[in-house]
Amino acid sequence: MKLIMKYSLTILAILVAPCVLAEGSSSDEIAKYRELLADGNPAELWEMRGEELWKKKVSPNNVSLERCDLGKGPGVLKGAYVELPRYFEDVNKVMDLEQRLIFCRTSIQGLSYEQAVSSHFGSVGNPSDIEALVAYITSESKGMKMAVSIKHPKEMEAYEIGKNFFYYRAGTHDFSCATCHSSDKKRIRLQELSNLLNKKDAQKTYATWPAYRVSQGEVRTMQHRLSDCLRQQRFPEPKYASTTMTALIMFMAKNAEGGVFDGPALKR
Amino acid sequence: MKKIIITLFISLIVTGCVTATIQPDYAKAMLELLNKDFVSKGPATVERIVNQDSVQHFCSIYNKSRSEEMSEQITASQLKTIKYPSDENYIGNWEEGEKIAQNGRGFQSSDPLGGVNGGNCYACHRITKNEISYGDIGPSLYNYGKKHGNNEKVYKYTWAKIYNSQAFTACSDMPRFGHAGILNEKQIKDVMALLLDPKSPTNQ
Repeated sequence: MKLIMKYSLTILAILVAPCVLAEGSSSDEIAKYRELLADGNPAELWEMRGEELWKKKVSPNNVSLERCDLGKGPGVLKGAYVELPRYFEDVNKVMDLEQRLIFCRTSIQGLSYEQAVSSHFGSVGNPSDIEALVAYITSESKGMKMAVSIKHPKEMEAYEIGKNFFYYRAGTHDFSCATCHSSDKKRIRLQELSNLLNKKDAQKTYATWPAYRVSQGEVRTMQHRLSDCLRQQRFPEPKYASTTMTALIMFMAKNAEGGVFDGPALKR
Repeated sequence: MKKIIITLFISLIVTGCVTATIQPDYAKAMLELLNKDFVSKGPATVERIVNQDSVQHFCSIYNKSRSEEMSEQITASQLKTIKYPSDENYIGNWEEGEKIAQNGRGFQSSDPLGGVNGGNCYACHRITKNEISYGDIGPSLYNYGKKHGNNEKVYKYTWAKIYNSQAFTACSDMPRFGHAGILNEKQIKDVMALLLDPKSPTNQ
């Protein structure tokens, strides 16, 4: 009940925020707004639901995800996220968190692939289990430094493919990721763009995803963020949790190495 | 002894070759993945992104560093693509141009097929005094007409720049609006008016 009160206040603040934003419409205003909500990120609700889902026994195999190995051993969550994506011997593949979750839900819990990926991006009345699980798992790495490895040849391959994709210009508008994200201090309209080749900027950006997005009222994962970027890049739709997206995430995660993870964060 | 030396020599060549060919072709691997990992939706198709034109291909590889000769080859080839207005009339309606400059729709996977495309000029350029929500990837175009004047030379250059920006700057970040079929001739005329008409807010 106390929690509901707390979030009612948060939601009130969110409703008031556009008025605050309209005045200055600058990053300073957004920073103030974040401060306003600092001890009340609605993402905590997703984290709590994610924890329940992580521990809940699911049919047909009637087991929880607590046996899922995210890279640090079965059930180990602390620090797992800051080392993802990584190479997993059991599948001989590099996986990001979302791919690994799908793998655990199918191989351990016995769900079909379709069941495991259903509602991967949630909407009103149709909450996403994956967004909740990702919120919970990532929150267990809060305060830890990003530390992905590219030592294994498959990890190196993912990194290099991601890098190639970052610079790949195509489509009607000739855009690549690099068009908007390879220079310091640029803006699209009033939205600041991060330079993902600049270590500090990459750290700040990467280490604050997943995030509760005020404009969408949902916790959004990295896969969701990239899908939305690619839509604006005039690319076709990336399949959910595909190899190419994991490769791009690997490239970004490596660029953000050493950044202190501070998600799930709060974003516009 | 001779045999040993020959064997050694051959094995050296072979290892040399192996190290040379073992370097994986990541660009090729990525291209193969694109076909598998993307789905066409609305006006954004897989076909369009896997079939880069020569400029897109070149600019992906040499994104930051390229020789002057390479850049000149691109600008020369792109200059040839430009189609000037059939009726030699360059200036349309600035009010329509403003709408095009504001509109960010077109060719996104979320857009309808066959919808009206925008130019989204404000995403990257300052243009008028009143619109304060502008980006800064491109230069400010405020007072563009005032600064450059109203003559045939300015018209032709501005038209060409909008039609195919890479006719002047190789690997420019700016879309090739006419060449890529994003804006039609009438729309480019309207954007021209926004920039050059003395009555346009750009020049106030």
